[in-house]
Amino acid sequence: MGKTNLKTELETGLERVEEIIEGYKERGEEGFLIQLLLDIQSEFNWIPREAIARISERLRVPKSKIYRVASFYEAMSLTPAGRHTVQVCLGTACQVRGAPKILDRLEERLRIKEGETTLDRRFSLRRVNCLGCCAMGPVVVVDGNYHGKITPAMVAGILEKYA
Amino acid sequence: MRELRRKIVAGRDLNKPFITLCSGTACHATGSDAVAAAIQEELEKQGLTEQVGVRRTGCHGFCERGPILVIYPEEICYLGVTPEDVPEIVSETIKGKRIIERLLYAEPSTGERSVHEQDIPFYKHQTRLVFKGNLWIDPTKIEDYLALGGYKALAKVLEEKTPEEVLEEVKRANLRGRGGGGFPAGRKWETTRNAAGEPKYVIVNCDEGDPGAYMDRSIMEGNPHRVLEGLTIGAYAIGSHQGFVYVRQEYPIAIANLGVAIEQAKEYGFLGENILGSGFNFDVKVHRGAGAFVSGESSALMNAIEGKVGEPRPKYIHTSESGVWDKPSNLNNVETWANVPLIIAKGADWFNSIGTEGSKGTKIFSLVGTVNNTGLVEVPMGTTLREIIYKIGGGIRGGKRFKSVQTGGPSGGIIPEQFLDTPVDFDELTRLGSMMGSGGMIVIDEETCIVDLARYFVDFLCDESCGKCVPCREGLRRMREILEGVVAGRGKEGDIEMLEEIGEVMKKASLCALGTTAANPVLSTLRYFRDEYEAHIAEKRCPALFCKDLISYYIEPEKCVACLLCLKNCPEGAISGGKKKVHVIDQSKCVKCGICFDVCPPKVRAVKKISGVPVPPPVPEAEREIERRKVRSGGERRR
Ligand SMILES: Cc1cc2nc3c(=O)[nH]c(=O)nc-3n(C[C@H](O)[C@H](O)[C@H](O)COP(=O)(O)O)c2cc1C
Repeated sequence: MGKTNLKTELETGLERVEEIIEGYKERGEEGFLIQLLLDIQSEFNWIPREAIARISERLRVPKSKIYRVASFYEAMSLTPAGRHTVQVCLGTACQVRGAPKILDRLEERLRIKEGETTLDRRFSLRRVNCLGCCAMGPVVVVDGNYHGKITPAMVAGILEKYA
Repeated sequence: MRELRRKIVAGRDLNKPFITLCSGTACHATGSDAVAAAIQEELEKQGLTEQVGVRRTGCHGFCERGPILVIYPEEICYLGVTPEDVPEIVSETIKGKRIIERLLYAEPSTGERSVHEQDIPFYKHQTRLVFKGNLWIDPTKIEDYLALGGYKALAKVLEEKTPEEVLEEVKRANLRGRGGGGFPAGRKWETTRNAAGEPKYVIVNCDEGDPGAYMDRSIMEGNPHRVLEGLTIGAYAIGSHQGFVYVRQEYPIAIANLGVAIEQAKEYGFLGENILGSGFNFDVKVHRGAGAFVSGESSALMNAIEGKVGEPRPKYIHTSESGVWDKPSNLNNVETWANVPLIIAKGADWFNSIGTEGSKGTKIFSLVGTVNNTGLVEVPMGTTLREIIYKIGGGIRGGKRFKSVQTGGPSGGIIPEQFLDTPVDFDELTRLGSMMGSGGMIVIDEETCIVDLARYFVDFLCDESCGKCVPCREGLRRMREILEGVVAGRGKEGDIEMLEEIGEVMKKASLCALGTTAANPVLSTLRYFRDEYEAHIAEKRCPALFCKDLISYYIEPEKCVACLLCLKNCPEGAISGGKKKVHVIDQSKCVKCGICFDVCPPKVRAVKKISGVPVPPPVPEAEREIERRKVRSGGERRR
């Protein structure tokens, strides 16, 4: 990817941030910071530094306050995600059905810890506290596709499906 | 209103066949979308789109066997339906009126089949009041809710009752909060009603942070109008004109269905200005939660609604008097609100006739873990654990032994076998050192290590503690450190006493209920399974053969048939052997992933887990040859 390309990407990205901010300002609701950050998270799959700077400017909220909110919540990420997001459910039901072994296997296979992204940006590994499909446990979700009743031996095969 | 309902009901031909398909999150995950598409396609192909209705409902609760498809008017229930089954269902059952045996429920022990949902033991022993509509309603169609008598209670309240009378009815019903504490809802409503300050807010708590619980989501996804109706009735009684529904953003279907429901309720005049011509105004906003367990606590949740970090406030200020923007705010759990229309429609006396002395009505549990029938279970308060786990849940998976059941989520505790006949209600569970919590019920078998489970909850809470008060923040950290040591074989004398001491301090000195209850998983496991802690500490042994650092995998030479399965599957190349050569695990390379244990054929079972004793030395090279034993593929040789 060339430099100019990156730059336009950043600019269109920031335009989108601008739109999201405007959407909330127009409705004139109070206390929408969390909702706004959630929208940005789902738009970009993380919350870029530039977006935080822009929100701070436009809403006249100190950056520190935005960082505080963004780092508090599980659903918001301050680092960019890989092409594929692997979520391992570690809700209690999956826990007692062997999820820790699945997480171990994923970490060994991808050579990263949960919360990290592989160097080639292919996978991000995240643990989640219950996806509420406990009948399928242990569950691994890759890019929204559910893989249920997983055993450690199945891990490698699942990852291979996602290039 | 009555006229409207009559019209809706009259507009429906009850004899016309229609199909309902469970489309809650769990069935979504097991492929209900693909089944829905296949149904549509097949109906078109067979030219039946006019004659057969299709309705995608919310969660039916029997998630173990989803997606669930029911064919009306006969109410034939098919489980675990795949897109490939659909053409047969349409031609055989819909057209031919013949039942497909293979898709029916079969009782595991007898093989006996059940045609109707209500004949399946999982459903038969339940009492579905709050959850009833889920089987039938398309949550995106208000007409479905109306046809079942929806918004009747609201109309009754607005036409016939004063706010005081409504409040009185709910108080008399002894409705206790379903979100954790079991606080009487009527009393809370009254406090907010009488508190000084305007406007007043009413709030639905659908944060459902308890990992392993999903009944609130299923109500919100499957029957959002019921929650809205309850909330509106509450608002009328309390004198509130603005409501909030706080839903965690991990529940996208719930958020979407709720959004649709609010719009439709406004169109029909059940929400908004001058509701049903009564002059009462009420509006509802949805607030998405961003995933923090502590944000489900009442004062933290109100901070979050204001857009602040969801941290609790000191408890001496009651949110019912000073909550969102310091205004009186009444917060209740989803299931609590969903009970309100029932109480109004059928009366407090009826409600009081169900349940136990101190806990009235039903409760929905999310029955999960190592149980056969995972799913949502609604039973009258006072039903015993045994009935829930065995009669409804079908017992323990894989013929394993029951060890205990965990209730109340991270704030709750563990209940061992000797209390299986305890009637489940708010007070009984608390007496046993656990609690009702929001209704999570996690069944644990003999292969789960109790100490590790305690570590799991402490680890969870450690991450989720907001860190504002010292006892919770530091107490949890210290507990985690100790427990991590114990499960890793670094436990030492005095650890147990230290855990107890920290736990007692946290109970007394923490700011919010996260901290005051955080030690429960540790204290209750110590109460009932102290010997397991002691085995870890004194003998470096994990009795459940679970803790990675305390177990080794070992291949019994006499049993190994040299089938190469474990060798090929070992991701670390830690197993040596060959055709006709006993396999041996190199302990220095083994990462204890357990794959060898899983793949060793059940008839062979040569791979063993051992704990607390040294691994026997590998067989000498000369003796590794398997000669006269006949080796057949797949290792079907000897026991
Ligand atoms: C750490 C913590 C987390 C909580 N999470 C939830 C939750 O996810 N859902 C819920 O309904 N109540 C939760 N509660 C309980 C709420 O504080 C509050 O008591 C409840 O929502 C009130 O509703 P109820 O009276 O209808 O039960 C939580 C409490 C604590 C201390």
